[in-house]
Amino acid sequence: MRGTRDRTIAILMLAPSVVLLGIFVYVFILSTAYTSLTNLDSMRQLGGIAPDFVGLKNYLDFFGFSPLDTRFRIGFVNTIFFTILFIAVCLGLGLLLAVLLDQKIKGEAIFRTIFLFPMALSFVVTGVVWRWLFNVNAGLNRLPTLIGLPQGTFEWHTSQQRILEFSWQDFPTIIAVIIGLFVILPAFYYVVQRRSRTAIYVLIVAMLINGYLLFVATPSLWTANARPETHGFNLAIIAVVVAAAWQMSGYTMAMYLAGLRGVAEELREAARVDGCSELNVYRRIVLPLLAPITLSAMIILGHISLKIFDLIYAMGGGDLLQIDVPGMFMYLETYRGFQPARGAAVAMIMLILVAAVIVPYLYTNLKGEAKK
Amino acid sequence: MKHLKRIGLLLALVLALGATVVLAQDAPSGELEIFSWWSGGGEAAGLEALIARFGELYPDVSVINAAVAGGSGVNARAVLTTRMLGGDPPDTFQVHAGEELNAVWVAAGLMQPLNAIYEANGWLEQYPQGLLDLITDEEGNIYVVPVNIHRSNVMWYNPARLEEWGISVPTTWDEFFAACEVTMAAGVPAISIGENWTQVHLWESIALGVLGTEAYNGLWNGTTSWTSPEVVATFETLGRVYDCANEDLNSLSWQDAAQRVVNGEAAFNIMGDWAAGYYLVDLALEPGTGFGWAASPGTDGTFMMLSDTFGLPVGAPNAGAVEAWLSFVGTAEAQDLFNPIKGSLPANTTADIGNAELYNAYFQDAYSDWTSNEIVGSLAHGLVAAPAFSNAFAGLIAGFQANGDAAGAAANAALLAIQTGLGS
Repeated sequence: MRGTRDRTIAILMLAPSVVLLGIFVYVFILSTAYTSLTNLDSMRQLGGIAPDFVGLKNYLDFFGFSPLDTRFRIGFVNTIFFTILFIAVCLGLGLLLAVLLDQKIKGEAIFRTIFLFPMALSFVVTGVVWRWLFNVNAGLNRLPTLIGLPQGTFEWHTSQQRILEFSWQDFPTIIAVIIGLFVILPAFYYVVQRRSRTAIYVLIVAMLINGYLLFVATPSLWTANARPETHGFNLAIIAVVVAAAWQMSGYTMAMYLAGLRGVAEELREAARVDGCSELNVYRRIVLPLLAPITLSAMIILGHISLKIFDLIYAMGGGDLLQIDVPGMFMYLETYRGFQPARGAAVAMIMLILVAAVIVPYLYTNLKGEAKK
Repeated sequence: MKHLKRIGLLLALVLALGATVVLAQDAPSGELEIFSWWSGGGEAAGLEALIARFGELYPDVSVINAAVAGGSGVNARAVLTTRMLGGDPPDTFQVHAGEELNAVWVAAGLMQPLNAIYEANGWLEQYPQGLLDLITDEEGNIYVVPVNIHRSNVMWYNPARLEEWGISVPTTWDEFFAACEVTMAAGVPAISIGENWTQVHLWESIALGVLGTEAYNGLWNGTTSWTSPEVVATFETLGRVYDCANEDLNSLSWQDAAQRVVNGEAAFNIMGDWAAGYYLVDLALEPGTGFGWAASPGTDGTFMMLSDTFGLPVGAPNAGAVEAWLSFVGTAEAQDLFNPIKGSLPANTTADIGNAELYNAYFQDAYSDWTSNEIVGSLAHGLVAAPAFSNAFAGLIAGFQANGDAAGAAANAALLAIQTGLGS
């Protein structure tokens, strides 16, 4: 009897927030998803013309079937490089700072505060400050002159240099190669060596995807757009990574520090007694225990970098294509181009990217909890 | 009884409505929200001067200056569209004459005709017919009041520096590239270029210079093919101009780019003549010595125009005050107040343009061009193409800057023209 009453009260208490969340998050996500499948246009809307359903046209246009949407693809490629570099730098720096602070040094609290402080700023402030610091003739580039070296010549966020160039029509091939290296080969190994059934399914799905990418997507991309469209790693992204990592590596440090404090001192002592060197204590004992922290940090950093907008806007003012991101394109298409449907399609692509990072994480977490 | 009550209520309502209308015509009062993108420099000062004088004439109206920053209105239009869609229009808003007005607001039936104001003030004779054509629909309804005329195809330079480098003002793009070699050898970019919209602005000046007046107009009415070799040549020229430009081109505002010229950090800058207002008011330079100007290469004898206007949207909260505002800004008095500060020409031909104290050497020169040259419309400033085209074209220019494929850019522009129904 008691249990049902508790349950009723719990449901009643939760209901308002569930309903509000349901409407203001999930219903709106669905409405955005629907909008992205139409040709909603503010101008037509003003004239009272209802939007038509156009299916996946907006998505196909972005991913190569309209030669006019180069800007989306520039942003998409930039986001990939930015996310990889940003996560790598933040994790590396954060771990380094955390390990250094963990050495029981004097004034640890002060250093911790200093390293954590940039996180308190908004990305807009960070963007403006770093835009000044990256000024080609007045900022960081002048530092070497203080010790008599020639002035730096890298143009930071305004640099037009691009490396690792590829044409967009080769993008499916590149994805296929990556899938081949990181999914098909390991799956093949598991099938042959361990005779795993899951690996067979994975192998089949991956081969199907690759077949589609190589034999369907690539030729149709070339038909839609016969001119090779060059993309690559814009070196200007490095400047954004520096600014973003400056802000977020302190946060990563705090996460790692909490993790380090959670590693029982007895474990380290035991390792030392067994004759383990201090370096190996970290390598063999501490780092493996920090793996869950690394995963959490990657999720948090990853969803920041995939959604980033404010930092880019503050640094580049919206038109600096070398550091363009999908968030910027979404804003411009919706408000400057008066095409909310295309903006909604970008929003859905960003949601899918973030979900691809977060959902597996939530899934493993929830599974872990259920086991307990 | 019930019926009587209803009739009484109706009568009272009609009376009240009539009273407000009469009131509105007698002495406008209440709040008047003026929406624009004039938020800085000479533009904001000019608007402030207008508002101050308006306040003297109509002390009962309190003006709300709702300016949204961003060159050429790039951000203001976003805010405006959101408000119009949400049924919350400002009382009056700034809009470029031409397609930006016609293809959007007039086509959607969101503007009220202003013919009564024009007739009451005798403006039909005072405004140039070519300008009126741009703001009139097929039924002869006029929708906005122009406050100024700007020229888009102007090249700015620093006379003392040109002498120092030993180059003269180029009248063709070939001469420009010759000058480019000289200045680049001296370690100075031949041209300063700013953010994306200033590059669209640059392209339209190049297109006018390379194509000539007739073929340039043909782009907008469908008689010039976007994939013709001449149009491809406009993009090729733009590509070569990029090679003569500052490296940080995408990160400068138009003011930054204009300032590089007077600082001697670049030889030339192509920008509309609001740059004159910036040089005169913000940098306090003398025309002719502090800064010089010429038609952009190959466009001498042609005046590429744009015009800022104000109108009365359907559902404006305080229509009476808007009518007072529009009746004021169209007068020669208001235009003589506003334009010398903003750095533009008066649209009303009865303005006191001959007064050298108000309009200095630059304006005198520009006005004689305005009245004698062939007139064409600007793309970057909304005159010749609907926002659907011009917005995507800005993206196309950005893409061209990244890959340098002139033929591809022309092909994409042709595709875009078909998609957006340009010239049809």
